[in-house]
Amino acid sequence: MATIIIPTPLRKFTQSQFTFETTAKTVGEAINELINCYPELKNQILDEQNNFRPFINFFVGDSDIRTLNKEQTPLGENDVLSIIPAIAGGL
Amino acid sequence: MPSLQAIEKLIGNTPIFDFSFLSPSSSVQLWAKLEWLQIGGSVKVRPAFFILKEAILSNKIQKDTILLDASSGNTGIAYATLGRALNIPVTLCVPENISIERKFILQTLGAELRYTSKFEGTDGAQEVAQQIYEKEPQKYYLANQYANEANWRAHYVTTGPEIWQQTSQSVTHFVCGLGTTGSFTGIARYLKQQNSSIQTIALQPSHAMHGLEGWKHLETAIVPSIFDPTLVDEYISIDTQEAYAAIKTFARKSGLFLSPSSAANLVGLLKVARQVSKGVLVTLLPDSGERYFEVLKDTLPSL
Repeated sequence: MATIIIPTPLRKFTQSQFTFETTAKTVGEAINELINCYPELKNQILDEQNNFRPFINFFVGDSDIRTLNKEQTPLGENDVLSIIPAIAGGL
Repeated sequence: MPSLQAIEKLIGNTPIFDFSFLSPSSSVQLWAKLEWLQIGGSVKVRPAFFILKEAILSNKIQKDTILLDASSGNTGIAYATLGRALNIPVTLCVPENISIERKFILQTLGAELRYTSKFEGTDGAQEVAQQIYEKEPQKYYLANQYANEANWRAHYVTTGPEIWQQTSQSVTHFVCGLGTTGSFTGIARYLKQQNSSIQTIALQPSHAMHGLEGWKHLETAIVPSIFDPTLVDEYISIDTQEAYAAIKTFARKSGLFLSPSSAANLVGLLKVARQVSKGVLVTLLPDSGERYFEVLKDTLPSL
């Protein structure tokens, strides 16, 4: 199972859970699974065209998925998918 | 070493810029204070100075006391600037994903940086600062800008009166984003005491994960204890992408290269301008865009 790490600002929408286990095979599928489980997250993570909002960074391990295969980036059995604010301040 | 009085002369009294050429109506004036035109390069030098001054005068900072706080940017730079000038060491808890410009400026000024979780923003950094303080309270002065009354008082004593005077007492609306909430709270409190009919409008990022450095989405963040919600006449949400797109527009129309939060304040001012038939509307522009190349280079619409 891969693990998604949920940042503080989004935990209000995940009943305070800070991790989510998934068997999804890609980043896009994993995020959809997360949103299906916590529907209030949808508007926070996806824009009106269902694209990932800018100003949210998705990392698999230490790599930004923009430098990999974006939403199609594969997720392995023990991978960690981190959702990280693009800016550090405020939030 | 410069005295407190010598440094105080370098703070505040920022110019107010006439943006009325962007107004939808000739009877609606638009004004904005250029807050980067003072020592420290941002609005945050006002609260940072007041926090330091009150701590020094009340002997909470003595010889070798280290100023400790959480910050992701401008307040930290202001502390580091003033700390260097006043020979006060500064330790800052900063999220590990602060921008490269901030790390560079803070390190150049000699602040000690303690990196905190990139998942938790400044809320997490505040918790770490508290833990560091509790371990060695005799070593540190924990400034806690989010709860320090000197934060809003700085604006009550300086920025509010400046706006009142620079608009010849004609300001009708004040519009400002919420971060530590010190600017909004201090200025709104002052202006409403001068004229209770002045409307004070608070701006909020539209989403929890936004790109407006310094702003807080209060619904999902720790609400600063200095915040006084009774001062808010109206909340308006600002979309990050709208603010970023406006940076280029405002640069081309005004010659001012604004930071994301400055552009967001101006976008909010224009939204209020479209709601009223006449008035004198004022906002703050906390800093310029020059500290934001890392985030802007990938997100500004192509030039």
